[in-house]
Amino acid sequence: MNVSPDAPEVSIVTTDACVDFPIFDAKSRSLKKTLVGVVGGNIADGARVPIIEALRGINLKLETGARVGLVGHNGAGKSTLLRLLSGIYEPTRGIADIRGRVAPVFDLGVGMDPEISGMENIIIRGLFLGMTRKQMEQRVDDIAEFTELGDFLQMPLRTYSTGMRVRLALGVVTSIDPEILLLDEGIGAVDAAFLDKSKKRLSELVDRAGLLVFASHSDEFLRELCDTAIWMEHGQIRAQGELEEVLRAYKGMP
Amino acid sequence: MRVRRPGAGAGPERAAGSVGLMSATAVSGTRSWRRAVDDLVRGWEQHQLWGHLGWQDIRQRYRRSVLGPIWISITMAVTAIALGILYAGLFGHDLSVQLPYLLTGFIIWNFISGCVSEGAEVFTSNVGLITHLPAPLSVHVYRLIWRQTLFFLHNLAVYAVMLVVFPQHLHWSDLSAIPAFGLLVINGVWIALILGIVTTRFRDLMPIVQSVMQLAFFLTPIVWIYTDLLHSTNPTIAERARLAELNPFLHFVEILRRPMLGQPQELRFWVVVLVITVVGWALTLFMLRRYRARVSYWV
Repeated sequence: MNVSPDAPEVSIVTTDACVDFPIFDAKSRSLKKTLVGVVGGNIADGARVPIIEALRGINLKLETGARVGLVGHNGAGKSTLLRLLSGIYEPTRGIADIRGRVAPVFDLGVGMDPEISGMENIIIRGLFLGMTRKQMEQRVDDIAEFTELGDFLQMPLRTYSTGMRVRLALGVVTSIDPEILLLDEGIGAVDAAFLDKSKKRLSELVDRAGLLVFASHSDEFLRELCDTAIWMEHGQIRAQGELEEVLRAYKGMP
Repeated sequence: MRVRRPGAGAGPERAAGSVGLMSATAVSGTRSWRRAVDDLVRGWEQHQLWGHLGWQDIRQRYRRSVLGPIWISITMAVTAIALGILYAGLFGHDLSVQLPYLLTGFIIWNFISGCVSEGAEVFTSNVGLITHLPAPLSVHVYRLIWRQTLFFLHNLAVYAVMLVVFPQHLHWSDLSAIPAFGLLVINGVWIALILGIVTTRFRDLMPIVQSVMQLAFFLTPIVWIYTDLLHSTNPTIAERARLAELNPFLHFVEILRRPMLGQPQELRFWVVVLVITVVGWALTLFMLRRYRARVSYWV
């Protein structure tokens, strides 16, 4: 399979992509069946191992410049969809074709080691996000200035307060140059003054990114970063389109 | 050999920031040979990451201790000296024979059993990373093998001291220890991959692997000297000692221990190891092709 020359550099195309989770430790099926309700995906019958159909029939076509917000109830499949789009979960059925360097920011803390200094954590987190050590060393000053952590960067991460950790994590994440940026909420717990600053940096990051998918419950944040939206429900795409329209439909407003 | 990925165009902007991990992946044809080999190659390209993490693992273990990783060497030295004296007395061997034999055996065994036992949990112990980052599976395996290699190198310091205290008749041909260790590393990678995949799906295998390795330690000639039993005057013992060669671990230990002690080498150990290497890798590539994409669902 080759890239046709006119294909855009950065894109995500999925065709009927499904994500089914086998649940090996679920002994009692009947209990599971009762759980099929408002929350979560669908639990399929018939198989020996219970399967949760986390995502079903996902058809998406995102190209450079897409700024997509992801809305839906808890357990509607937002995070799973982000993992499908990042390539962590390859679809059990259907196709997902991802082109471009993916920077997944699902959990600000992942890959952070409490025992080593903030400075070292910057490098490691950067390596995890697909940067090289050299690139991260060039960005250290910028990150230090943004996070306002000063000498604390030489201290082990375990001495940091929650807010300081978030600052550090945000500092690293917003310093990279991703082609595909996948954001999963969790960007709170920062003081107001810092939030303003990080918003600016975040939107700069989004401007640099070729493609953004952002899952959030905050309308304000969604309006700031996105122009289109996808509404997930029961592991399927319920609606897709203009941000305001989708938000209105999602909130049940006319 | 470089495997080109689809979509990984050689655009200059990509060259700037791109490392294998986050590079373009076309998630189609999940079960293809190319995707399996791709995983290994792209994982290798991430050597900055796993190299750093492997070091980090070791420093982490000895954080805030004054001697730090030197403890690895000290522990090995203490074990070898204590057990060397004990078994030299029990078996009636000379200490200058028993101690070097036991020390080299221990160093090699620690590497082998580290690769196998930790290989069995290489994916289950990295759940966070696997479900948060789209990295090739092999990154976790390379990190593990690199960490074990660093342990091995620390233990070599004890070996060097031993060479001074109990000089061995080393010859140029004993440099075959280097390719022998290379073979151990190559085998460590496949065994960690295959065990990692299987135990992620069937968790019961993890305690089984641990106990098999414990048993294998006693079945493998590490404290007892295998060649002595082979040449025993009692024909029944000599006959039974031959059975030890059915133990695959024996061959892995022998290809490396013999050159380290300057002992004559035998071709059959190398042949067995090479055959295991080829068969093991063939099996692993098959497993990798079929189940690679499933691991992130199973963890």
